[in-house]
Amino acid sequence: MIRTHHRLLTAATASLLVLGLTACGGTTKDSNESSGGGPAGAGAASADPNAAIKEGLKIAFLPKQLNNPYSDVETSGGEAAVKELKGEYKKVGPNDASASSQVSYINTLIQQQQDVIVVAANDPNAVCPSLNQARQAGIKVVTFDSDSAQECRDAFINQATTQGIGESLAKMANELAGGEGEIAILSATPNATNQNAWIEVMKSELAKPENSKLKLVKTVYGNDDDQKSFQEAQGLLQSYPNLKVIVSPTTVGIAAASRYVSSSNYKGKVAITGLGLPNQMREYVKDGTVKKFALWNPADIGFLAAYAGAALASGKITSAEGQKFTAGKLGDYTIGADGEIVLGPPTEFTAENIDQFNF
Amino acid sequence: MSDTAAPRGIRRGELGKLASWDGIIIVLTVLALVVASLAVPNFGTSRNYTFLVLDLMPILLIALPMTLIIVTGEIDLSVASTLGFTSALMGWFWNNGLSIEMIIPLCIVIGAVLGAFNGFLVTRLGLPSLAVTIGTLALYRGLALVVLGDGAVADFPFDYTGWVTGTIGGGSIPNVLLLLIPLAIVFGIVLHATPVGRALYAMGANDKAAHFAGIRVERTKFWLYVASGAVAGLVGVLWTLRYSSARADNGSGLELAVVAAVLLGGVSIFGGKGSLPGVLAGVVLLAVLQNALRLQDVSGQALNIVTGALLVLSVLLPNIVTSLRTTWHRRRLRQAAA
Repeated sequence: MIRTHHRLLTAATASLLVLGLTACGGTTKDSNESSGGGPAGAGAASADPNAAIKEGLKIAFLPKQLNNPYSDVETSGGEAAVKELKGEYKKVGPNDASASSQVSYINTLIQQQQDVIVVAANDPNAVCPSLNQARQAGIKVVTFDSDSAQECRDAFINQATTQGIGESLAKMANELAGGEGEIAILSATPNATNQNAWIEVMKSELAKPENSKLKLVKTVYGNDDDQKSFQEAQGLLQSYPNLKVIVSPTTVGIAAASRYVSSSNYKGKVAITGLGLPNQMREYVKDGTVKKFALWNPADIGFLAAYAGAALASGKITSAEGQKFTAGKLGDYTIGADGEIVLGPPTEFTAENIDQFNF
Repeated sequence: MSDTAAPRGIRRGELGKLASWDGIIIVLTVLALVVASLAVPNFGTSRNYTFLVLDLMPILLIALPMTLIIVTGEIDLSVASTLGFTSALMGWFWNNGLSIEMIIPLCIVIGAVLGAFNGFLVTRLGLPSLAVTIGTLALYRGLALVVLGDGAVADFPFDYTGWVTGTIGGGSIPNVLLLLIPLAIVFGIVLHATPVGRALYAMGANDKAAHFAGIRVERTKFWLYVASGAVAGLVGVLWTLRYSSARADNGSGLELAVVAAVLLGGVSIFGGKGSLPGVLAGVVLLAVLQNALRLQDVSGQALNIVTGALLVLSVLLPNIVTSLRTTWHRRRLRQAAA
């Protein structure tokens, strides 16, 4: 009896092994390289720039996960846009942001025959097969926040370009310094990719004639640690008594520098600006420490995504570079290389408008 | 719980078969399928059935050996981490130039080895399986992160990824059923139509008695863990191919979904009771409910509530009569005393 059960269990295990050994050809990473990524979803349909935006489009938003305050703001913009477009808005999503949890939701949206899926991909590749199935079923796919692999979507809403952010930082520094004087940068870590790219653009902006009277005296690194950023801000002001502006292109740094300045006698003498979250910065804007800072407006990302999706579903645009469409209050947009649509320069937050934002 | 001396399987002519919990679950599942197909828009299409099968595939496959293990009164909570580890290894092997035809059997063997490690700790060292597999749950997931970190490997050949998500000849029957059905039959036969299966129930009912009856309890359990690991390894491969993404965090938390489905299918967590058809029905019932409710735009949180409530009911209902009777009896005793 024991022998039988052994044989059975071993047979079960062995049969599993055999199932794996179906082929002996040997497909490796190298031999696979040429075969490409999968079925092409998009047809070569031509765009009709004069097509009217259809009414009653079913536009579904699928954020990385539900109940995330930031993505809630993004999708609220989408909801407003879908309302303007007289479409049907829907938001679905998983409770966890794992790679595979969005796939079942995409499948459900295919079954429900939505017209547009607007998705922030948790994993650029895990959602690919389902997104391509959706596109084969005639659904237009727009990604936002976090792109999927390029061949699985029709358009990607890029919240900001490196160039746009760098320019915006330099412009705010110039305005706050009154066109001349010493400025310093409080960044994240010395090897933070995004921050370094923005700082590079900012430096080339500072080399331009209109910024010639601005002098970048020092770049320090707070390592995106609140306490370290606080101390670095303090150090900057002690070493450079004539400093006019601290630019901090990181949400941790700008908040820490603002906290230091608002509680010191530098308040009102040194301006803080950079990239920050309105909810973190509100008190410093209200007490006058911070006149102006910037970040992309998450609601606009959702808003633009909905308009782009509607334009795609109405045949007004395909994902080809150079095509144009209008996104309501945000104005005109042109599709860039690889189906990317850039939201535009970051939104500037001041005492006048900060109460309109909650994220 | 293990007061029933005779193992309860599905056998012809058994009295009260329909009244047993697995019978009820099977009827409920068929009912849910019929109602959903008729009442839920977009449910009853061949594409949706394919989605349904793909969604339940990992849970169903892992539930097969899990059923046998729970019938013996043990448990294996490390399965989802084994899945994650083999998925991560698959990505690592692929990046290092191994052929996919080599990687797939290798991953299954490694899964079996991980299972054997569990089996060794449980049977040779006599450690409680709950503690051992909670430990290896963390250990294997940790190893997965060592292998692949936060990264993902995605460029698997389309011949394979497409096969997992595809249908037979492009028709309406998912390819993966070619794996699901034979494996379910093999495990079903082992549990219900062989002396081994009977021995598993005996172990679940009473380990010592089974030992004295000449059953090699430890060796049998060891091989169950090996089978469980091998199947988890296979599911790691299928999961990776389905999502075209080898990641260390693949399948996190899946062990709970599996145990939930097995218990819903009428297997007693204390061992000695349950049937494979009941478990299959449990898996399908949960998947049908999820799929149908999602199509009706029920939120994820509400889905969790439904699944949770169903699970509690499945544990509660079979005992509810007994519990009520006991309470009633006590109350009467108290009244008599007063």
